[in-house]
Amino acid sequence: MRTLAYLTLALAMLPASLSAQERFATRNGHINFFSGTPVENIEADNNKVTSVFDASTGAIEFAALIKAFEFEKALMQEHFNENYMESNTHPKANFKGKVSGFTAADAMKAGSYDVDVSGDLTIHGVTKPLTTKATFVVNADGTIKANSDFSVRPEDHGIAIPGVVRKNIAEQIKVKVDLTYARM
Amino acid sequence: MTRFALLAAALCCTPVFGQEDLLDLLGEEETGPVYTNASFKTTRVINGHSLENTAHGVLDFRISHRFGFLSGGVNEFFGLDNADVRLGLDYGLTDRLMVGIGRSGFQKTVDGFAKYKVLRQCDEGCGMPVTLAVVASSSITTARATEVPWYGPDRQDYFTHRLSYSWQMVLGRKFSEGFSMQLTPGVVHRNLVEAENDPNDLINVGIGGRVKLTKRLAVNGEYFHVLRDEVPGLRNSLSVGFDIETGGHVFQLHFTNSTGMFERAFITETTGDWADGDIHFGFNISRVFTVHDPKKRPVE
Repeated sequence: MRTLAYLTLALAMLPASLSAQERFATRNGHINFFSGTPVENIEADNNKVTSVFDASTGAIEFAALIKAFEFEKALMQEHFNENYMESNTHPKANFKGKVSGFTAADAMKAGSYDVDVSGDLTIHGVTKPLTTKATFVVNADGTIKANSDFSVRPEDHGIAIPGVVRKNIAEQIKVKVDLTYARM
Repeated sequence: MTRFALLAAALCCTPVFGQEDLLDLLGEEETGPVYTNASFKTTRVINGHSLENTAHGVLDFRISHRFGFLSGGVNEFFGLDNADVRLGLDYGLTDRLMVGIGRSGFQKTVDGFAKYKVLRQCDEGCGMPVTLAVVASSSITTARATEVPWYGPDRQDYFTHRLSYSWQMVLGRKFSEGFSMQLTPGVVHRNLVEAENDPNDLINVGIGGRVKLTKRLAVNGEYFHVLRDEVPGLRNSLSVGFDIETGGHVFQLHFTNSTGMFERAFITETTGDWADGDIHFGFNISRVFTVHDPKKRPVE
């Protein structure tokens, strides 16, 4: 009777452990953004982006700490946090969405996959829908390298840009996401 | 009973999809300490040092300017006919240590200082509630012996007689996004003083604060109290002003009764009386240049 109980318990837990294997995660994803204008180029990198991807459902989530974006100029970083992103009030940017064109079975075979990602992007406390293309490369060791490029308009997320610096900041900020997921 | 336990086990272990927050699966992330930034817009409140340092690798060119006394009236165009200037260069050797030099027209003085942040207020990752910086500065007047105010007719012009020092502790806190405050106890040491009963060491305490009016505009106030017997003609330094920030510049526009722009001068040698309109309109312009990027990684 005791053995049977353990067996049933183990069986009951099986689905949980199976699905966990289809989840992929990273804590050190990279997001770069670039604002190019004739006056100046502004660029920042965040190498501490967290993300979880569930290959069985296609669900994907990202979170990036705003204060972890590093700029070439310390003053730019201070202004970015203090004047534009107000990172004390809105400490994180995040994205919740779905990946289509990639299945749990794809995650088992090495190869490159073009996928579509759509979901909600929250920056500066303002949520906007975002749809973009991405590339998932499944490596032989089972990790997935994911890349995507898209643009974000600061105005869409309620980030006010005063007239004096209007020429210094691009209307479309180019965002590059680049991370390598490992199985959870 | 066993059956009930099995049922419970099966229920609790069956995964529920769609409801949970995927990122929660990663658990709490461990972030290093996040230090409070921008307690003040620049490294000076008005005349005195603030809680801020220039960042590592940043060179700050500072032009400080004080017009004459407003009490000069129409004849002096309310002080605009005269001006005292200090040109300064500050540099952040690390995020905690900055050094600077300056040259003032006031008594033709060259001054230099080092400022080190001993404690740093933290937003996350540590419990430090305050910032504490120590500032050591010295100044030397390069004026001709006949123009040095503390040289009497019978005094020797020794090099050391031209030197003075100041040590300060800047202790403060950014209480909220819009309000920061600091206390600055310190000592000014003059190697040679004008009168015999004038002490060489003057203990003083400063108080400074800022209130942000908008994201790019703040109002600052600063007062230095010197612990000494009243000396005719000398006052404590009181200044109020605005910080206006535009990209890489910070403009500080202010009213102050102090003429000098280095520690000994504005703490111990302020002559203006606010009540009589002996107020200087003045400005500091700070322009920063990133000359070294400590975060730069090799090109991939």
